[in-house]
Amino acid sequence: MPQNADNVLDHFNLFRQPEYKEMFENKQNNFENKVPADQLEQIREWTKTEEYKEKNFAREALTVNPAKACQPLGAVFAAVGFESTIPFVHGSQGCVAYYRSHFSRHFKEPTSCVSSSMTEDAAVFGGLNNMIDGLANTYNMYKPKMIAVSTTCMAEVIGDDLNAFIKTSKEKGSVPQEFDVPFAHTPAFVGSHITGYDNVMKGVLEHFWDGKAGTAPKLERTPNNSINFLGGFDGYTVGNLREIKRIFESMGVEYTIIGDNSDVWDTPTDGEFRMYDGGTKLEDVAAALNAKATISMQEFCTEKTLPYIATKGQETVALNHPVGVAATDKFLMEISRLTGKPISEELTKERGRLVDAIADSSAHIHGKKFAIYGDPDLCYGLAAFLLELGAEPVHILATNGGKGWAEKVQKLLDSSPFGKGCKVYPGKDLWHMRSLLFTEPVDYLIGNTYGKYLDRDTGTPLIRIGFPIFDRHHKHRYPVWGYQGSMNVLVWILDAIFEDIDRNTNVVAKSDYSFDIIR
Amino acid sequence: MSVAQAESIEDIKARNKELVQEVLKAYPEKTAKRRAKHLGTFEDGKPDCGVKSNIKSIPGVMTIRGCAYAGSKGVVWGPIKDMIHISHGPVGCGQYSWASRRNYYIGTTGIDTFGTMQFTSDFQEKDIVFGGDKKLAAIIDEIQVLFPLNKGISVQSECPIGLIGDDIEAVSKAKSKEYEGKTIVPVRCEGFRGVSQSLGHHIANDAIRDWVFDKSEGKPARFESTPYDVAIIGDYNIGGDAWSSRILLEEMGLRVVAQWSGDGTIAELEATPKAKLNVLHCYRSMNYISRHMEEKYGIPWCEYNFFGPSKIEESLRKIASHFDDKIKEGAERVIAKYRPLMDAVIAKYRPRLEGKKVMLYVGGLRPRHVIGAYEDLGMEVVGTGYEFAHNDDYQRTTHYVKDGTLIYDDVTGYEFEKFVEKIQPDLVGSGIKEKYVFQKMGVPFRQMHSWDYSGPYHGYDGFAIFARDMDMAINAPVWKMAKAPWAA
Repeated sequence: MPQNADNVLDHFNLFRQPEYKEMFENKQNNFENKVPADQLEQIREWTKTEEYKEKNFAREALTVNPAKACQPLGAVFAAVGFESTIPFVHGSQGCVAYYRSHFSRHFKEPTSCVSSSMTEDAAVFGGLNNMIDGLANTYNMYKPKMIAVSTTCMAEVIGDDLNAFIKTSKEKGSVPQEFDVPFAHTPAFVGSHITGYDNVMKGVLEHFWDGKAGTAPKLERTPNNSINFLGGFDGYTVGNLREIKRIFESMGVEYTIIGDNSDVWDTPTDGEFRMYDGGTKLEDVAAALNAKATISMQEFCTEKTLPYIATKGQETVALNHPVGVAATDKFLMEISRLTGKPISEELTKERGRLVDAIADSSAHIHGKKFAIYGDPDLCYGLAAFLLELGAEPVHILATNGGKGWAEKVQKLLDSSPFGKGCKVYPGKDLWHMRSLLFTEPVDYLIGNTYGKYLDRDTGTPLIRIGFPIFDRHHKHRYPVWGYQGSMNVLVWILDAIFEDIDRNTNVVAKSDYSFDIIR
Repeated sequence: MSVAQAESIEDIKARNKELVQEVLKAYPEKTAKRRAKHLGTFEDGKPDCGVKSNIKSIPGVMTIRGCAYAGSKGVVWGPIKDMIHISHGPVGCGQYSWASRRNYYIGTTGIDTFGTMQFTSDFQEKDIVFGGDKKLAAIIDEIQVLFPLNKGISVQSECPIGLIGDDIEAVSKAKSKEYEGKTIVPVRCEGFRGVSQSLGHHIANDAIRDWVFDKSEGKPARFESTPYDVAIIGDYNIGGDAWSSRILLEEMGLRVVAQWSGDGTIAELEATPKAKLNVLHCYRSMNYISRHMEEKYGIPWCEYNFFGPSKIEESLRKIASHFDDKIKEGAERVIAKYRPLMDAVIAKYRPRLEGKKVMLYVGGLRPRHVIGAYEDLGMEVVGTGYEFAHNDDYQRTTHYVKDGTLIYDDVTGYEFEKFVEKIQPDLVGSGIKEKYVFQKMGVPFRQMHSWDYSGPYHGYDGFAIFARDMDMAINAPVWKMAKAPWAA
């Protein structure tokens, strides 16, 4: 009997006991119609070949292990960033269960979101009644200051019109006429989660700035010296936004973070559940029209929002998930240029410390080959940092990256001798990446949790940076932007490298001459 | 008034009634009226729990329920490991359900096994406009090229498929023919169908009936039958549950010819109609196919519960009662063999857990099945409810719950939070969406869908883990830190 009350074996060890091993073997041999071992081996080897890669890259219809999610997830991400706001997803309820689970698994935090619970009858007759009842229930139960409405693919396929539906709901008394219900159509079959973020951001700004869907006068812009900041869809939003606030405060800049979800996904355990915490105040969203400029930290997350803001007369600045020295320099210089405030001594010192750290450590990274995948801006930012470290990115892949993104990344690569030989893969998935890692191996892989399968299959150590991270805890509490954030990224990369070296040198009397304690 | 203070059953019932009235006050009148039917208190001797179930959720409230796709792909089909399950439609559904249910399996992923992969048709706008049938056909061709060792394919429909009128049955049939009778199963589990995951289970079962059983009729068995052949039905092998169950059945002398669907294979599905008895763990998700096998093939089925020694003993004897003395003796032998382990586990953990109160809110069988395991540890379940039960589940629940237990069907986030706040249980067992809400409130929590990344919990080996985990959750030092010493 393998189990033991004194030392309880859980799944890690229980199923390695002889009783279970024998049971598995019997099941496989007698009932599973298992593929013969030699055939399995032959196919496994074949999947590592150039020939397989060609077939893999020739596929046009099938997607395997994509590194992207759907628009409505991004919609929820953006919506929870506003003061006492509940995201309301018009469509079937199962989707919302998925978004809530997905965020909870990444942030280890509750995520509040409701749906209009559309079923077959709504599919036939439309979801208007669901919207009318749903808004009334949400308003009464959860006492929000704002309900941000987005859609699922179901509502989009049947063509429900949010503007008209919300108007009708208000007429029917679901919520008061003046209550804020911004909306955005976010079909899951267009773009990805970053598109959903963009649509909801634009929807919220339009709501406040352009007359609340015809129920209020449009706001007139009176320019001031404040700066707006948009983070984009970002798995490190908790750590990053706090870091950004610190940077702004260090420079004495007046600023508004639009969609600040750093507190709602980092509430304390103190005996109270806070459904709402922090968030951008609604009056600040309205006042953000007057800002001098808006900085977007992620160009490809704000492809519609930024141009919309520009039409109001603000200057807009688009960055690409700035990680590293030059990218942070640029970010800070833009703030300084826009506000006329000098970059603080504190930040200047931090810069020096980051450069110091790179000087101390880059020898271990120099010339190492990397593959990166994730959202378009994240890939760009990480690639830029790797080039600064003297590393060589080899494959850069974004399932939700387009041609424009690929060209932009290529330009970055062309700007550095370390970018030579690196290829960019827009629209490809992690099964493509698997082929790449077999046919053109690299030393390290950077990406989200799903990369652990690639790590296992190809033996390429995974450095977990991206979204979602399910199997490691609390990374999202650390920034990856700015000099401090870059320091974190640097440390994560170095940890992976040193662990890898240790793993490869720890065989006693064989390779342990390099099992060093000083590095 | 908390449970601890409630003196008698009558007090508890009165408190529950008051509590229900209180939560209903938050709703608009129409909604309150609808929700009232789903909240109640179990009365001893009543044939069910007195709540309505399997009715549409109310729009705009935080229901914990999922959809038909989650029931079919996430629960029933997904764990069949040597098939490729296409999440047919936009990218999201497949992404969110990707490897998230911990259905353990053994196999070479990506080569002959595909359980922790996400295959999707990643619908784009043009697929919605022009239909996705051609794309589906192309996908099946590409799968055949890139994953030649797959033993079958299922097409798990997401919402748009039914709405735009795609004919996935025709594509599946044509492709099956083209690939020499390969098993290709269209499953109409669009998320908007039905009121919860539950319809997805039913649809998935029907698909197995129509596209696996009917198709494989007349195929010769891969093995010689014995009088002791059984199939495990409705165990998804969360954290290895089906394995710690299977080992007991085999030890008592039975031969498990199929496992559904955790660590399952298409060969096992096809073999099941040759079993002598189907032993059914999750009644809700697989009673349909068990009934079908009973009607069509004359195979009896028997429900069992492998949580905690009391229920395991009862179940082993119940299963054995369908067989001869050899198996009955086998059951007694197994019970006797594991009794010292169970005694040791209970001796160790019961003193730490005695008298602790638990509130549950889970899915298909656990709101009732785990109650016995808690009782074995001296704990008491004071409130329970189901995400997607039907009335027959609530009937079955009466055998488990005590008089005065608070019952909440399709509980909303708001109600659940209020109930826990007032009743102040020592432990809440529910899912990931609820976990952090209650932990913030300082209430110990275990995920009772996924065993909180632990497990198995089934069988004797699993009970030791269950007991340890409950102790760990309740007695973790962290809960004493939730309130700052200077906070009132």
